[in-house]
Amino acid sequence: MTAARRGLGFGFWLSISWLIVISLAAIFAPWLPLKDPGENYIVAGARPPYGPSSTHWLGTDQDARDVFARTIFGARTSLVIGFGAISFGIILGGTLGVLSGYFRGWTDRIASIVMLILLSFPGLILAILITALLDRGLATIAITLGILGVAPVGRLARASTLVFAERDFVTAARAIGSSNRRIIVRELLPNVVIPMAALSLLGMAIAIVAEGGLAFLGLSVDEGVTWGKLILLGAGTRDLERAPWISFGPISMLFLTVLALNYAGDRLRDYFDVKDITL
Amino acid sequence: MSQTQASLRGGPEPLVSVRGLRTLFATERGLVRAVDGVDLNIHKGRSLGIVGESGCGKTVLSRSIMGLLPSTAHREGSVRYEGHELVGKSVGSMRRFWGQEMSMVFQNPMVSLNPVMRIGEQIAEPLRIHLGMSRSDARDTALQLLEEVRIPEPKRRLRQYAHELSGGMRQRVVIAIALSCGPAILFADEPTTALDVTVQSQILDLIAERRQDRNMAVVLVTHDLGVVAGHTDEIAVMYAGKIVERAPTNELFANVKMPYTRSLLRSIPRLDDDPHTRLHAISGRPPDLIDPPSGCRFAPRCAYAREKCHVEAPPLQSTENPDHVYACWYPVGSAEFVEREEELVATGVHVRGRQ
Repeated sequence: MTAARRGLGFGFWLSISWLIVISLAAIFAPWLPLKDPGENYIVAGARPPYGPSSTHWLGTDQDARDVFARTIFGARTSLVIGFGAISFGIILGGTLGVLSGYFRGWTDRIASIVMLILLSFPGLILAILITALLDRGLATIAITLGILGVAPVGRLARASTLVFAERDFVTAARAIGSSNRRIIVRELLPNVVIPMAALSLLGMAIAIVAEGGLAFLGLSVDEGVTWGKLILLGAGTRDLERAPWISFGPISMLFLTVLALNYAGDRLRDYFDVKDITL
Repeated sequence: MSQTQASLRGGPEPLVSVRGLRTLFATERGLVRAVDGVDLNIHKGRSLGIVGESGCGKTVLSRSIMGLLPSTAHREGSVRYEGHELVGKSVGSMRRFWGQEMSMVFQNPMVSLNPVMRIGEQIAEPLRIHLGMSRSDARDTALQLLEEVRIPEPKRRLRQYAHELSGGMRQRVVIAIALSCGPAILFADEPTTALDVTVQSQILDLIAERRQDRNMAVVLVTHDLGVVAGHTDEIAVMYAGKIVERAPTNELFANVKMPYTRSLLRSIPRLDDDPHTRLHAISGRPPDLIDPPSGCRFAPRCAYAREKCHVEAPPLQSTENPDHVYACWYPVGSAEFVEREEELVATGVHVRGRQ
């Protein structure tokens, strides 16, 4: 019995529901009945951080700011970075991969060299280099992480294009006189996009975690909150001992989201029987 | 040789004339001569069968004529279509011919349709590219085409995907796509190999009908002489990249010259054979096209081969019938052939009386 016959399964839809909930929460954060993420809710006579309570579900940080509200607002940046990064990777890597797989020859050689160079670069070093040299705006971070996705996505796109370009339906399309552009857009893309969708979910998870890594090095976006920056805030030894909830809030959100992305991506990959994904 | 040319020249101006066509593939092991000097004429509204074992270059020949080759292939010689020389034309300028002038039906309908595009769109595609039809006109024409290839419930099929159809229906769809722009010549590359026997004859009959009412030429590529027998006007037998015998269908079956063709004929099981009659197999395999044998290429597998066969390649020569040409030093019926046949029968290798 193959996975495809069993359908995508309950876990997949649970994961997708979680992703939808967290995305909606992030999008509509300013209109939700949340605490103000910038406000210091100092209680007279007590020193922050305050533990979880009915007013502050996930507690507050050292400045008495509401961890839950900040985590939801942090999702805005983190998800945009994850989504932006993988979109960049897919658009650039996908284009490169499909073109090199379809045209072969010189196009393929050049694209393969570009991908090899990208792959041989230690990812974190590249990210540090770019963010250290350029500004640390949202777009820069997203594109930096996106560059790291170009080679894996490109290779998958190239491999699937090679497979499909050999199929008779592509020759058949040529035999009725379709142009290259038409063959790529109408015949190849719809087929290549399926394995890429699975990869993009996994890639988004990786980008979100990578943002956390950058934040830990102090190299994430300089404005606004992200999950990485929130985790960092409560990551001192003393805070972890005395007020673990400061990091726990954003960590659990990040954990659940990455888990959901990975699980959904895996199921999608099994479902469509995509082989040799390397990321 | 002059006789050969005379036989090629006979009749009205052909739709496609192929002269000295060679198709070479550069591979890591060396140059593969998949098609090695082929002369052919294809006439309007007539059907030609190209027959041979797997690996003899039949498919490559049909794709070479059409120009549908991978980039590793190199084509030499001449293919003229209504006076246009096609060899040397760029892919861009070939697009004018593909679909509208010449079209192809592929071997396996399981893989020659796009799995993620609706049937209707796939048929409408060429209509919109070549004939510039609007979306709704193309859909109406697609429906007509599906009716023409006699698919049950054509309207429903338009909105279905390839995986929802049976093999036979898919091949009908592939034929509908190939016919969509009204080609003057249709290449059918083993169109029935992937289908079961009852569907095979339906598909062949369908191609024959459409050929008649469209006055379209058909090139039927197959390894099965039984398939071409009832559906072609002329047959060309290919072996190791060369045409070894070519004749009008009736003439070929009545008067086989080349031992290879005879072996192919003998390998077809017959209904009037005694039960448990052993099938005749041709021993060995077609030669390696990188380094073909010198002399006659069939000689290493031919029971009737003599010294001369291994040394000197026989030219194509014609029989009393100028349309029937063959390449063999000791053809079926020649004194040497008969002598060897007696020996073979005497030693029990062959059973007398079957041809």
